[in-house]
Amino acid sequence: MQTQDVFFIDGVRTPFGKAGEKGVYWKTRADDLVVKTMIGLLERHPDLPKEAIDDVAIAAATQYGDQGLQIGRSASILAGLPLSVPGYSIDRWCAGAMTSVTTTGSAIGIGAYDIALAGGVEHMGHHPMGEGADPNPRFLAEKLVDPSAMNMGNTAEKIHDRFPHLTKERSDAFAVASQQKAAKAYADGKIQKDLIAVSAASDAGWNLVTTDELLRPESNLEGMKDLKTPFRPHGKVTAGNASPLTDGATMSLIAGEGAVKKYGLKPKMKMVSFAFAGVEPEIMGIGPIPATEKALAKAGLKMDDIGLIEINEAFAIQVLSFLDHFGLADDDPKINPWGGAIAMGHPLASSGVRLMNQLARHFEDNPKVRYGMTTMCIGLGMGGTVIWENSNYKG
Amino acid sequence: MEKYAPLLEADDEVVTHSYVSDVKMPSGRTIALITLDNGKDHTRPNTLGPHTLLQFAEKLDELKERAKKKEIHGVAVTGKPYYLAAGADLSHVQDIKDRKIGRLIAELGHYSLEKLDGLGVPSFVFINGLALGGGLEIALNANYRTINETAPAVALPEVFIGLIPGWGGAYLLPNLIGIRNSLKVILENPLKQNRMLKPEEVLELGIADKMFGSARFLEESLAWADEVIGGKKVKRKHEPGAVEKATMWGPAVSIMRSTVEEKLGKVPLSPYLALDLIAAAKSGSKEAAFKREDDAIEELIASDQFRASIYAFNLVQKHAKKPSGAPDKALARKVGKVGVLGAGLMASQFALLFLRRLEVPVVITDVSQERIDKGIEYITSELDKLVKKGRLSLDNRNRYVGNLSGSLDYAAFADCDWVIEAVFEELKIKQEVFAKIEEVVSEDCILATNTSSLSVDAMAKTLKHPERLVGFHFFNPVAVMPLVEVVRAKKSSDEAVATAMEVAKNLKKTAVITSDSAGFVVNRLLGYLLGEAMRAVDEGASFEEVAAAIAPLGLPMNPFDLLELVGLKVGAHVLDSMHAFNQERFYASENLHKLAEHGKLLERDAKGKIKGYDKKAVEIVAGGKNARTAAEIFESVQVGLAKEVKLMLEEKVVQTPQDIDLCMIMGAAWPFHLGGITPYLDRSGASEKAFKDSFHNPMIIGVRA
Repeated sequence: MQTQDVFFIDGVRTPFGKAGEKGVYWKTRADDLVVKTMIGLLERHPDLPKEAIDDVAIAAATQYGDQGLQIGRSASILAGLPLSVPGYSIDRWCAGAMTSVTTTGSAIGIGAYDIALAGGVEHMGHHPMGEGADPNPRFLAEKLVDPSAMNMGNTAEKIHDRFPHLTKERSDAFAVASQQKAAKAYADGKIQKDLIAVSAASDAGWNLVTTDELLRPESNLEGMKDLKTPFRPHGKVTAGNASPLTDGATMSLIAGEGAVKKYGLKPKMKMVSFAFAGVEPEIMGIGPIPATEKALAKAGLKMDDIGLIEINEAFAIQVLSFLDHFGLADDDPKINPWGGAIAMGHPLASSGVRLMNQLARHFEDNPKVRYGMTTMCIGLGMGGTVIWENSNYKG
Repeated sequence: MEKYAPLLEADDEVVTHSYVSDVKMPSGRTIALITLDNGKDHTRPNTLGPHTLLQFAEKLDELKERAKKKEIHGVAVTGKPYYLAAGADLSHVQDIKDRKIGRLIAELGHYSLEKLDGLGVPSFVFINGLALGGGLEIALNANYRTINETAPAVALPEVFIGLIPGWGGAYLLPNLIGIRNSLKVILENPLKQNRMLKPEEVLELGIADKMFGSARFLEESLAWADEVIGGKKVKRKHEPGAVEKATMWGPAVSIMRSTVEEKLGKVPLSPYLALDLIAAAKSGSKEAAFKREDDAIEELIASDQFRASIYAFNLVQKHAKKPSGAPDKALARKVGKVGVLGAGLMASQFALLFLRRLEVPVVITDVSQERIDKGIEYITSELDKLVKKGRLSLDNRNRYVGNLSGSLDYAAFADCDWVIEAVFEELKIKQEVFAKIEEVVSEDCILATNTSSLSVDAMAKTLKHPERLVGFHFFNPVAVMPLVEVVRAKKSSDEAVATAMEVAKNLKKTAVITSDSAGFVVNRLLGYLLGEAMRAVDEGASFEEVAAAIAPLGLPMNPFDLLELVGLKVGAHVLDSMHAFNQERFYASENLHKLAEHGKLLERDAKGKIKGYDKKAVEIVAGGKNARTAAEIFESVQVGLAKEVKLMLEEKVVQTPQDIDLCMIMGAAWPFHLGGITPYLDRSGASEKAFKDSFHNPMIIGVRA
């Protein structure tokens, strides 16, 4: 085996849908969603022999029902990949797809693999977060974690507690900006490039889903003010400044430099470093801060070197805490230029690859930017960060 | 639509709804997508009843308006998961009392589906799953079609149940895919045990313009449709041109006509009506063609043959799954090992079937190691043939060969749960082998005999546990013929019968329970018919005359062809044993023994095609001086059959006329248009003459007017 550089070649996703009976994917299986992304992605690379894929890693936060049965393997069979191509499942809750990429990327880096598919899926309509979980009573009895750690909304409220200067107004403003940036990106045809249309059954016939269902471009600060705070009376976290419950799947093609040469692939970005880090579970939203510091240190880079950041907007406050820590403005243009999960949705284990898709497209649009980052918080108190180098960089 | 009101009276239609959704394509165009969905799960396919068709028409009218306003740029139709549609809803056709109402069904189908052509924008049908009959005709009426590469079945099976494709199929299909291909779809396949098309064939024949994989079938179909709307050209290599119409059309229809005559005779209506429609499809307007289809449907729905066909179809589809008089399934014993007494050809065929279908160890025995070895060699070579044909995996072949053993020593049968004998057809021999086997097997072991002519009761007499014995009568060739007569002898226990029924089901056979009486069902009626044919010959009528006399019955094979097929010796034996059962009613022919001795009855050409009767055979039977007329022969056969069936029901050989009909359809390949036999005997008046009543009340007949 020989170590090699690891590249993000390409990525796609389904349009994201509203979780629940009223959502477009209520009658669509989670595994079918991920299968469509696999086929759609590989159709964009017709010259890549499918049997050359060394592994398929698919993340899901609930690995049960239509997300069970070793979804990495079962979805590969359903997608018509050669039976010789193996697959497996990954779980790190919200950072599932990110972990699919870092894990297969690591195998490529040490030379064990050449090519992998890495992605994730979450049908939160079929699988509410924590479905079927049986937390060990010691967590509470021994006060290993605060009871609020199990509820993500509560963990977000806790960030407001810790950083009183990060106000609800700032959260709301960030959220409205996210909606507006997403609306503009759609209007400019940016997002659509990496969407794989999905035919979805419903009680009233088939539909073709071609755009994210949850976008609220009409959002404004006025309207945000009076939204309910479901996690606390007079709290600060609302449906408006948090990501909605979402169904969706993502998929990426990761390859080593050997495969890039052999199959004539065109990398979009190179993996520079990555890191995961833990924090107190009851304030999991600050996880990206230590993860980013770790990843920057490994890369030998400083925040100033990072020209573009895709950070998952699980909650606006959680992004604000990150920006605040690194001394970035709430409306810094290098942060989520096309908006984020508050607008598009956050189907837990699939979001990591959405961040990478968008960063890769920003890199194409910004050849002067050399380094970028994808980062996200993770339930039970973690953060994950991957630093990437722009393959289109023209310095 | 006032006109169709009479069709809307029944209020139990499971309506397949037409749901419309606007699909905005990346090109900026909008395709209106109609989903056909009856709201039921996958066990209930979409069907097309009158309310369904009217709703579909209404939606298409709305879409035509929207197309005019340029709101939509194309219309596509697809079905709920796994189904486009399984065809017309035929649940009330057998109740139609008025020819005009039958005609309305055809007219309404045309009225509705034809709207797919002329919307002002291109129309598409995405054949996402099963598409049969009217279901496929939806697609044929549209401008373009795609097919899912995993669609389980696509066909125009109308002729199989005595109809014709009457919603445009008989005109549109030949004009889309050419004369030869359309004859294959409309006639050849339905007449080959209702063969269905695979998706690749649907594409290859030119029915579909494009095929896509199932995982993204709808997405890719929509994208393709969008390209076609945008101007992409669609090539159709089988679309018939003027030359094909002028030179090939007529001859191809004639060839098919003679093939059908050879196979089915001239009695069945629907294949010939279908041929007429296809012949006429080469010229004239669509309007005139659809009117011809209306005429044909009106005639067929009113016909006796169609009513009998629907009855027969329901027997095969439904009655066969709920056998009359079957004991509780729960009583069936689990069969974990099978013993076959005998290693001859019949026994080896049994062993092969048990190995493949039950997938349990099978042990065979015979009088010598040599015969056993030969049996094992035969079975193994048959398995190898299946591997070569790609119909059996090497793993399964190895599994079955590993499960197969032979032993001279009956001790190898000790742990069998089911032992079937296929030894020489002589009571004493069968009693002997059963006595020997009873010494080694457990008390729970079920014994079965494949006898066709001996009494199961007599065989049971010498058993220590007579209650464990049942008859299990296969038909030749064992692997192909779908019927097993399960014979409940006087002492057969419910456990034994239940086990036999379960074994038959696992062998994928249709089982009918009969009493222990001579010839059971199939051989008794065939024995009667063949006996009467030989009686007429012995009286002095020629083979040709007798065959012609019985031809109006519409059997696929005349008695002499059948005799040669089953073997003249076997035929003579069946007639003898039936004659022994009742000398008055069943005729045994000395001449048939002589013919068997001679070895052939038919004369064949180099290709094996029947040319006529063997000269020596004609000599052998010559000399009769009392030939009856064709009419006399036919009448006595019909009335005789009616009497025999009536007697069988009185003797409780089986419980219902339906059981008799099912046996004749599955065990003797008697055609649907006879309904097996009892609907025919009723409608021809034979029942009335034989016993002054009918088997079915009301009779299974068409419109009398």
